[in-house]
Parts: sequence; C-alpha cells; structure tokens
Amino acid sequence: MNSLSIILIPALPLAVFVLNGLFGKVIGNKLAGILGTLCIAISFVLSLSIAYTFFAVSKDGAYPAQIPFKFDWLQFGKGINVQLGAIIDGISVMMLIVVTLISLMVHIFSLSYMHGEKRFATYYAFLGLFTFSMLLLVLSVNIFQMYMGWELVGVSSFLLIGFYYDKPSAVAAAKKAFIVTRFADMFFLVGILIVSSIGGSLDIPTLIQNLGQAGAIDHLHLGTTFIGWSSLSTGLLFIFIGGAGKSALFPLHIWLPDAMEGPTPVSALIHAATMVVAGVYLVARLFPIYLFSAPEILRIIAYAGAFTSLFAAIIACTQFDIKRVLAYSTMSQIGYMIFSLGLGGWNQNVHGYTASMFHLFTHAIFKALLFLSAGVVIHYVHSNDMRDMGALRKKMPFLNIVFLIACLAIAGIPPFAGFFSKEMILNTAWEANGFIFILGVLTAGLTAFYMFRLYLSIFWRDAINSEDKHNSHPHSSWLENLPLGILAIGAMMAGFIPFAKFINFDVHIDETSNFSVTAIAIAMAISGILLALFMYKSDSDRPRTMVSSLGSLYQIIYKKFYIDEVYLFFTKSIVFNSIAKPIQWIDKNIVDGFMQLTANFSLFLSRKIRGMQSGNLQYYMMFFMAGLLLLFILCISI
Amino acid sequence: MNISDILILRQEFFLFGILILLLLYKLVASNSSINRGIIFGINILMAINIIMGFLNTSYGNLFGGMFQSNATIVLEKNLLAIGTLIICMQASDWTNTFKNNVEYYFILIATLLGMDIMISSGHFTIFYIGFELASLPLAALVSFNKAEKSSAEAGIKMILMSGFSSCILLFGISLLYGLSGTLLFDKMVAIHFDGSLSVLAFLFIFAGFGFKLSIVPFHLWTADVYEGAPINVTSFLSVISKSATVFIFLTILYKVFGSFNTTWIYALSLTTVFSITIGNLFALRQTNLKRFLAFSSIAQAGFILLGMISGSNLAMGSVLYFIFIYIFSNLAAFGVLGILHHQNGKDSILDLSGLYKRNPFLGIVMVLAMLSLAGVPPTAGFFGKFFLLNSAMSKGYYLITAIAVLNMIISLYYYLRIVRIIFTDATEEQSLITAGSWLGKLSLVFCIIGIIAIGFIGDLFEYFNYLSFGI
Repeated sequence: MNSLSIILIPALPLAVFVLNGLFGKVIGNKLAGILGTLCIAISFVLSLSIAYTFFAVSKDGAYPAQIPFKFDWLQFGKGINVQLGAIIDGISVMMLIVVTLISLMVHIFSLSYMHGEKRFATYYAFLGLFTFSMLLLVLSVNIFQMYMGWELVGVSSFLLIGFYYDKPSAVAAAKKAFIVTRFADMFFLVGILIVSSIGGSLDIPTLIQNLGQAGAIDHLHLGTTFIGWSSLSTGLLFIFIGGAGKSALFPLHIWLPDAMEGPTPVSALIHAATMVVAGVYLVARLFPIYLFSAPEILRIIAYAGAFTSLFAAIIACTQFDIKRVLAYSTMSQIGYMIFSLGLGGWNQNVHGYTASMFHLFTHAIFKALLFLSAGVVIHYVHSNDMRDMGALRKKMPFLNIVFLIACLAIAGIPPFAGFFSKEMILNTAWEANGFIFILGVLTAGLTAFYMFRLYLSIFWRDAINSEDKHNSHPHSSWLENLPLGILAIGAMMAGFIPFAKFINFDVHIDETSNFSVTAIAIAMAISGILLALFMYKSDSDRPRTMVSSLGSLYQIIYKKFYIDEVYLFFTKSIVFNSIAKPIQWIDKNIVDGFMQLTANFSLFLSRKIRGMQSGNLQYYMMFFMAGLLLLFILCISI
Repeated sequence: MNISDILILRQEFFLFGILILLLLYKLVASNSSINRGIIFGINILMAINIIMGFLNTSYGNLFGGMFQSNATIVLEKNLLAIGTLIICMQASDWTNTFKNNVEYYFILIATLLGMDIMISSGHFTIFYIGFELASLPLAALVSFNKAEKSSAEAGIKMILMSGFSSCILLFGISLLYGLSGTLLFDKMVAIHFDGSLSVLAFLFIFAGFGFKLSIVPFHLWTADVYEGAPINVTSFLSVISKSATVFIFLTILYKVFGSFNTTWIYALSLTTVFSITIGNLFALRQTNLKRFLAFSSIAQAGFILLGMISGSNLAMGSVLYFIFIYIFSNLAAFGVLGILHHQNGKDSILDLSGLYKRNPFLGIVMVLAMLSLAGVPPTAGFFGKFFLLNSAMSKGYYLITAIAVLNMIISLYYYLRIVRIIFTDATEEQSLITAGSWLGKLSLVFCIIGIIAIGFIGDLFEYFNYLSFGI
C-alpha cells in the first residue's frame, strides 16, 4: 500500500484550508472554490485507488487490516504513546470513500449554491478543515489521534453552523452544538483514560488485542464497581456517551435540529453523512472490545439506538421545516445504525456490525442527496416551510425525480439502496431481540410515511397560491445537477454492492435472510407511503384543489377525502396530539430544559456567592483565616 | 568565589547588572523627556537573559546547599524569563507614554531577580529573602498608576494582604524549624511528620503559597488587585508571579513534605475543587475583562494543584508543561487587552465586540487565547489540561478529576461567550483599532506560535518529564 497517497488524502484538504484561510482574499473567490474542489477530487480518486488495492487482495475471503505508516508523536509515561498513523481496514476504507465522495459532491454543489456569498473563500477553507479532520478521525490508528480528529470536526462544525455569524440564531445554534458535543466529549476523554489504563495502550490494534478477545479480561481481575460493571465497562460506556453526543442520540440530540441554521450543503456534509456518524464509527472501531469485554454496554447501546430511532421518527412526522424533518430523519437513521451495532450484546451476534456499516454507507448517499435537493428547493421557494411549497414537480422535473429516488431509498423500497441495508438490520434484530425488532419495524413504517409526506408536500399537493408565488423559472445549474445526479445513481445502485463480502466481522459466518422479515419490512414501508399518499397527495382542505381534481376521478377523490378524514382524525387527534406532541413537549421542555436548568443553576449560584467579593480587606483576611482554620480541622480529622 | 560559582549564579548576576545599569541611567538621563531608547535596550537585555540560561550548563550547590542550581531550576528560570520578556515587549506601548518608565522595568526586573533566588533556594532563609523580594516590589508595581485611585487602592490591598500572608508563612516556617531543628531542605527530608503541629506547619506554609497562587480560600484579594493594577502589571501577577510560586511550591511539597503526603493530598484536593468551582462561578458573570481573567486564573490555578496531587514524576512534568503553555495563552489575552485599553481606555467585556472586524489580527489572537485557556484542541491548552488530568487519573483520583472535567465544560461557556462577542458586529461608535507597536505585535506572534505549536511538539513534554521528580 502506498503510504504517500494515504498521507495525501487528508493532507490535500488541509492544504486547502491553509491556502484559502490565509490567502483567500488574494486568491479570489472563484479560484478558491475551484482549488478546494480540485483537491478534494484528487483525494477522492486516491481513496478509490486505495479501496481497489485493498479489496483486490484477500486472504481466505478476509481483508486483514494494514497499517501503512505509524510514528510516535507524543510520549507520556511508561508505555503510553500517542502515535500518528493510518489504519487501513474494511471500515476505514469505506469511510474514506464516503467522506471524500460526499465532500466532493458538496464542494461541487456549493460552487453554484454558495455563489455570491461574501465569505466564499472562507467557506471553502472551513470545508477543507472539516474534511481533513474527518479523514484524520477515520484513519486514526490511535484512540488519542481519533480524539484529536473528533475535536477538530467539532470545531469545524462550530465554524460552519455559525457561518452566517450575523444571524443570532446561527451563532446560538453553533454554540449549542459545540457545548453539547463537548459535554459528551468530556466523557469520551475520561473513557479513553480509563480504557487505556486498563488496556495498557492507546493504540487501537493493541487495545483490541488486549481486550477484544474472548476471555481477554478474565485474567485482568478488574472486579466490579457499581451495579455489577467492571471499570472497563464504565470506561466503554463513557466512550459511547462521547459517540452519542456527536451522533445526536437521545438525550444528547438537542443540538442537531438547531444545527440546520448552517448553510444547507454543510448540513448535507456534516449533519447528515459524515460527522454525525462518527459515533457509529467509533463504536464500530472498538466493536471487538465491546463484544467480548462489555456485552452489557452493547445492550445499552442497542436500546439507546432503538429508542432514538423511533422517537426521532415520530417527531419528524410533525415538523414543517423541511430541513428539520431531514434532521430528525437523520437522527432516526443513526439510531438504526447504533442499535444494529448494539445487537451484538445478545449472543454475540455480529451480523449487526456489517448491517450497521452498510446502512451508514447507503444512508450517507441518499441523505446527502435529500439535503442537497432540499437546498435547491429552499433557494427557489425562499422558505424552509413545507406549507409554502407544493406542486413543484412541473417546475423542477429533474429535482422531482432525484428526490423521489432518495425517498424511495430511505423508505426501504426494493431495489433502492436503503432497502438492502435496512433489511439486513431488521434481519439481525429478528434474530437477536424481538422488542428491538418491533421498534425497528415501526420506525421503518414511520420513515416511509414522513418522507413521503415531505416529498408530496413539496412536489405534489397543489397549493392554491403556489402558481402566483413562484412564477419565476427555477434557477438550474449543471454544477448543482451533476452531484444530484451522481448521488441519485448511488442511491439506486449502492444496494447491490456485496457489502457483507467486504466488511464483516468474521468471514465464516454466513448471512441469513428471513423471507418473512423482508416481507414485513416492505409491507411497513408501503403502508407508510400509502398513508402519506392518502393524506398529502393533494391539498384536500382547499376548495380550489378539489374543483380542479373533479371530473372522472371524483369517486376516488371522494373516497380519498373520506379516508383522509379518518386518518386525519386518527393521526392528528390521537397520534399527533396525544403521542407525538407530548414527546415533543418532553423533548423541548424537559430534555432541553434540563440543559437550560443547569446553566441557570450555575448562574444563580454565582450570583449568590458574589457577596463574598465585597472589596472589604478585613473581611478578606477573616475569610483567609477562616478558610485556613477549616482546612486545619478537616486535615486533622483524617 | 571562583569562576564556576559565578557561572552558577549567572542569571542572578546578570539581572542584578541590569538593575545597576538602570539605576545609573536614571541618574544621568534627563528627567524631562520620555526615555524611549532605553526600553528597546531593556528588551534586548531580557532576551540575552533567556539565552544565558540556555548557554552554559554549569550546575551545583553554593553556600553549603543554601543555593542550588540544576537543569530543572534553570529550565524554570528560563520559563520565567521568556514570560517576562513577552511582558516587557507588550508594555512598551504603555511605558512610552510617561516619564518614569524606567522605574517600571526596574521594579519588574527586581521582582524577577527575587523569583530566581526563590526558585534556587535550598534553605528557608534564602527562600524567604527571595519570596519577599518577589512580593514587596509587586505592591509598588500595582500602584504604579499614581493618578488613578483604583490603582493606589489595589496597591494598599496588595501590600496588606501580602504582609499578612507572609506572616503566616513565616510562622509555618518557624514551626517547621521547631520540628526539625534545621532550615535546609535536604535535611528536612528526615522529619517524621506526625500530629497536629505538623499539620499546622504545613497549612501555614501552604496558606502563604496559596495567597500568591490565589487559590480559594486565599484568593479574595485577586480580583480587586487585578482590576486596579495597570494591565502589564496584572499580566505579570497572574502569569509570572504565579508560575514562580508553583515552581518553588513543587520543590518544597515534594522534597520537604514528601513523606507527609496523606495530609497534603487531602488539603490540595479540597482547595483544588473549591478553586476550580468558585473561580468558574465567579468568572461566569463578570463584565470587566480584568476581573474575568482574574477569576479564570483562579480556576487555572486549581487545575495546576490538580496536577500536583498525584506526586509522581508525571505530575511535575505535566505541571511544568501546563505552565509553559499557560504563559503563552494568558499573555496573549493580556496583550490584546493591553492594546485595547491603551487605545480606548476601557476594559469591559463588551468593548471586545466586533473585535474581529475592527482588527482581525487582534481578534484571532484573542480567540486563540480563549480556546487555549478553555482547553479546546488542537490548541496547546488542551494538551496542558490533558496531561494534568492524566496525572491525576493515573493515581486514581477519579472523583476530583470528574469535578475538574465538569468545570471545564462550565468554563467553556464563558470563554466561548468572549469568542462570540469578538465575532459580533461592532457598534457605531467603536472605531478601528491598530495593533500597536511592532514590539507588541511581535510578542503576540510569539504567543500564537506558542499556543499552536507547543501541543504538537511531543519531545517538549518528554523533556519536561525527564527533568521532573516525584516524591
């Protein structure tokens, strides 16, 4: 394996960051964009070549991990080194492809989409920084190196969410995202310290060798801390909490919907396809350790993922802001990937590992497509609200098709990409845990429903005033259509990749596919879509729509109207009002409120103790002596 | 006294030489005009002072072990010299505006000399001489702005509190003498610490240091003095004075009180938790930048104590490393603040608004400083904090590490608030800001390099660790 090309892959985006960041004004906006795009294109090609060389050689069907280069970077204490290096194995190669592909698409798309932006060069510099840090994270051979990449993606996400820094809501959202994820990162850091002190290394392969084998921890005599966990389990749980923060799992998800304040291509890159799956990647990276040393943590991970996925899907049904629908949908799909990994907690089921990575791969493609398309729609309509949209299918025929493909893919309709990965996850769930299987199936149905609600509201539902409002011709640029087209092809084809052959935990375990599970999955998806069709195909509340739809189809429309009412009553009054609204309320007031409360509490406390600082010198001395005395009493008593 | 003895004392002699030179200059120079040329000369001399530390490596003990010098001590002196040089450079804008500017440098360098003596001491008498030489002139510096009432008030507060804590320190030393019958550090190793008298001796000495380090509960003077003092004095107080105290405290703690660690671990843990928490809670609501930095420095001092607790080689290495980083991060913030104050005479947090637009260079320096102080990777501040936490973790102090980590998140909140203010729009009446003289700019460039590069030079930590010692 050529280590130069592996170094170049992250180095090129970094070069873009430095060049555009320092000399953006000199280079000029146009050149800065082209430079960024060109560099990431080279990175993408290099990634492809690495994937090709890596998967070309197999050893009895397995692809052994390779470490092309590794050198000591920081050393502290005995035996604990921080190395800088690259690990090339199935999942890191896959992530390389995902990150560089989506990043390339976003770079191309932004050339047209962000055109005329004042800080265009800065935007490309930030994109470069993000891509570099994400690649650093992905290639990490050392858990500390991973943490560095982890924090850097956080910083670049902060910069990009707050890109429109003259908009207070964007600044607030950036800060919220940064603080919530940093809060989780602290757990990650403590987790790293615990796990590395038990495993005796920060090097990921060494850690896996020491802790990630059957019976590896038996001779360590870790003992149990609280509720029967070993300290290793606690450390691994902390690491997972770090991942949960980045991957927006309940209850650390509150930053993700707000993060939609950033430019839409950024949402596609960071908050849909790459950064938010870092948590999934993290658990996958350490999967052997979780599997053999802390299966109870994997079970917690599974429940956390499954709950998030259903929870987010229910909320997505009630949102009107199209980017927020997509944000909740991302949360829900990440929950899918997470619970799929967590299924290993039952009977050491390792199919979930492959399934999760597969879903990560396909999801990145179709979710990026959805976000980029949403961006085009938002530019055209000048609104994020789906109630302002409708009947756009005639004006934007190309967008209509690619959006439909993406919706079919995420809904899990064969033969689109999402079907294959989702089916694999549900199959694993069926084998491992019935309860999670049910949650997964429900989520699948809801996913189909809200995605088609979104699709129909944008492209069908002929609203009354839409004709007058948007009589201009939509601006269409090949720079925007090209990435959309490529991603659409990906969303159609990616499912046919024999993924399990390339990325698996153990080659000797065969995939099993249960026909009834497949049938249930498809049935749920189709019923979700049908429900959406009944409710949102046309705007039944508006008389003019009804009139225009009269004629030969009257009977059908009448029936639809009738069912619409029933479903409306059922969903609006019962599901939305009694279930979804309270959940949203809990989300807004209790989960969000808790974070608010802690902030308020510290402010309150600081106001209370302010009196201590009076400026009175005698009082200071008294405090000094009192403190000293107190320390004396405390120290004597031990 | 032969030549090798002089080489051991080279930095002290050199600083003393500068002092004599400045006195002579003051005698011959005219008193009616501002002496600009000499300031540049002082900066050069301070730079030579740093080079002196690196040049000749002759170590040894003098005066029967009362004065010690070894690689660690020379390193510590160099850290102080680097920090002082940066402060001298930053001060040049300010000192160019009044006539008695030489006095500022005179007192500053006298203080530095006191610190050097204090760090090198191997005997409590020498230590106390150094300690007082590093304390008394500070009060004069704090009240340097004679025209301002707040400055004079701060000076009075400083001298009274400083005297008060000195008394307590001295009492502690005499108790220790009572216990051991000697004042030499090396001989005190043999003391068998037991009972309440030992606890009292330790706590009195600890309180004396605690005052200089401004840790809770000995911190109350900090905010008032920091606010009243001229900025280039505040930066000296919060960075150099603290660092020097940490260095000698580490030596005394590990060498003299090494066998008494059950008690001091307890005392340090308590004060760590209180310093970090109270420093943070106060910093949250500050509107004055100097007070804000004062409370943030209380919290940072708490972190330094956290690093010390484990008492290992790694602990001292991480503390030295953290201080090296802290010098650059904090001086970057103070440097920007000094320039702002010099140009519009204000130092409230809101005066930073739109700084990025008004002067991108200063804006970026301030943002980097805040991120580094908050411990956000990849700035060096993160590495500093990481090693401190790591040293506490390595000996199993999970609870206070957890409290410290929680506090890091709170601190993130107020550091980011500053960052946000820097990027918001400037109000109309706020004018553009020039970056000040080239000396000041150069000092900020040094700081930026320090903030960015130190974390990535792994050998540096290795070197610090190599020079460290444990209990």
